Amino acid sequence: MNIEISNGRVICPKNGVDRDNVSVYIAHGRIVGLGEAPKGFVATQKVDAAGCVVSPGLIDLGARLNSIEAELAAAVAGGVTSVVVPPDADPPLDEPELADRLVHRGDEIGKARVLPLGALTLGLKGERLAELAGLKKAGCVAFSQASRPVVDTEALLRAMEYAATFGFAVWLQPQDHWLSRNGIAHEGEVASRLGLAGIPVAAETIAVGSIIQLVRDTGCRVHLTRISSAAGMSLVQRAAKEGLPISCDVGVHHLLLTDNDIGYFNPHARFVPPLRGQADRQALSDAAAAGTAAICSDHTPVGADDKLLPFGEAKPGATGLEVLLPLTLKWAETAGVALPAALARITSAPAEILGLDSGHLALGARADICVFDPNASWQLTPEALRSRGKNSPWTGYMMTGKVRHTLVDGRIVYTT
Amino acid sequence: MHNPQLNKNGELTHLLSTEGLPAAILTQILDTAASFMEVSSRDVKKVPLLRGKSVFNLFFENSTRTRTTFEIAAKRLSADVINLDITRSSTAKGETLLDTIDNLCAMDANLFVVRHASSGAPYLIAEHLRKIGRDDIHVVNAGDGRHAHPTQGLLDMYTIRHYKKDFTQLRVAIVGDILHSRVARSDIHALTTLGVPEVRAIGPETLLPKYLDKLGVHVYHDMAAGLRDCDVVIMLRLQNERMNGALLPSAGEYFRHYGLTPQMLAQAKPDAIVMHPGPMNRGVEIHSAVADGPQAVILPQVTFGIAVRMAVMSIVAGN
Repeated sequence: MNIEISNGRVICPKNGVDRDNVSVYIAHGRIVGLGEAPKGFVATQKVDAAGCVVSPGLIDLGARLNSIEAELAAAVAGGVTSVVVPPDADPPLDEPELADRLVHRGDEIGKARVLPLGALTLGLKGERLAELAGLKKAGCVAFSQASRPVVDTEALLRAMEYAATFGFAVWLQPQDHWLSRNGIAHEGEVASRLGLAGIPVAAETIAVGSIIQLVRDTGCRVHLTRISSAAGMSLVQRAAKEGLPISCDVGVHHLLLTDNDIGYFNPHARFVPPLRGQADRQALSDAAAAGTAAICSDHTPVGADDKLLPFGEAKPGATGLEVLLPLTLKWAETAGVALPAALARITSAPAEILGLDSGHLALGARADICVFDPNASWQLTPEALRSRGKNSPWTGYMMTGKVRHTLVDGRIVYTT
Repeated sequence: MHNPQLNKNGELTHLLSTEGLPAAILTQILDTAASFMEVSSRDVKKVPLLRGKSVFNLFFENSTRTRTTFEIAAKRLSADVINLDITRSSTAKGETLLDTIDNLCAMDANLFVVRHASSGAPYLIAEHLRKIGRDDIHVVNAGDGRHAHPTQGLLDMYTIRHYKKDFTQLRVAIVGDILHSRVARSDIHALTTLGVPEVRAIGPETLLPKYLDKLGVHVYHDMAAGLRDCDVVIMLRLQNERMNGALLPSAGEYFRHYGLTPQMLAQAKPDAIVMHPGPMNRGVEIHSAVADGPQAVILPQVTFGIAVRMAVMSIVAGN
């Protein structure tokens, strides 16, 4: 099918394209023309993108797919064309067969691409290595412990050595087990006032510090997920400056919320890692603005019953796939970041972290595209979300930025 | 953000924390409690303020003492009192907290007195009642996790006012395990709201919450320095499980540095009063000579506690 997306503002952050009122031409699943139709191109379908932005499809560096069909539908409704899935499913993604099945299921559903992270260790227990090469062959893009730290530092060292042998990347969420195991909120004034057990910033900096040293020693490429503190971010930035193969991301909620948003024990403000203080939020925002951190949704669907509990007993996390774009736009507006730079954080930057030739709109690129109206607003209600996860600290709020069409491989997989 | 403790007219509808309550409401509770002190000295210790109302004591965590004082207070207000020991019933069968609440609402409850191990649990209940439109049911927090124990905080205020009359000239020290203490948090908010100019927290760093200064508290690690010229000394209970481990090396070392002995107490003003929320660990946080001495007002605290709980229940749920 040949598709022409016309009249839109085409933004491709990677290639520095930001042009108003141009057409994108798609054939055989790829972009074949930008502005100018290739010779003999006849559109079988036209998409009018007047008033809309035509952007590369979003690449989400972390989304849990508890019910895969609903969540992949949610992904494309949010303009997300590729989702990186952490291995902390039930059962954990520690066997090639499981990864294989997940990838195939994703292909069958035919919405967003599924990019699984294989478990670094069996059962995510942080003890024995999983079959990394086998998992890679089954389609895993990198290896991770999700939010479960490797307690045994020797096991972590060996895992990184082994991954480095094959040139695999390891994704780690830096949290010291001992300093975080009993905590439920950022150790700060709010936790002290509310009587919530605290997780100190040192839980993050100690883990980041250890990992950086192990990267220096092993040469293993590491992506640090969900950095939450100013001090943690500063360590990562210094390591990157040193030339170490380290990248990082931040959860979009952490760019906009702080521990103050816990208010009167709002369980929807419970996250792992926890929402931290205002200075931390500012540092994460600065890092994202400077391009040192990518942004992801950290999509975590949680059933209503698991949130209707006292703060410390409620499951952490928030729905994210359908709010990644509007919340990134909201962040960009408050942080004074231009639209192309903001989109880079959720398109080209994740692609670069994954080492994929995607997240851009160059000629010949796979046509993974998001067409959204940057000015349309909608109210976040449970009914407005396709995800099974209705859990959000933003319920009832107005979101600005609405996806109109999503294309994966040149197929329109979502339209509204 | 709306204050979940107050109704649209700014009146107390739930008592969840001493934080966020205006001084006028705290004073109203203390004044009301004063009027109930007389009831306790009568032959017939009853007033009809909660006649026909049902008070449910929901203790998700054991506490015979607190539950008993609430029960006495409710009975003196002529309420029907139902004690539910939830640790052994519904939740053990997998029922969620809010399922339990829905069931009890259907039994025509008027007031829930809630004790729960998780900070914030009574807020969840109050919010749920608002959502299901049951403004006629009230919640009194009888202790939630480390967060708050507002009736204890208020009875402490009653005690201080009884002996010291005026809050605005006082120096008050709170000593011990403030980190895990809901009583300490409730005391701190009530004291600062009622105009106490100097609230001190005394304890080792391991037992103090971080950023305590942001709550308007002066932190002391040295007991003698912290007690100097204080008018009121509030001792906190040290739980057994804190005594040997990463927080403290031993009960003995704790007592040597933070135990209230007569010599230590001599640092405070000669007319300083000594309070304790109970139950006391003699020889761990307090020396018997102090606990039984002339400056201790620990038993009067218990008596005042009944009047304060009567006041709170009659204000939130009274006719």
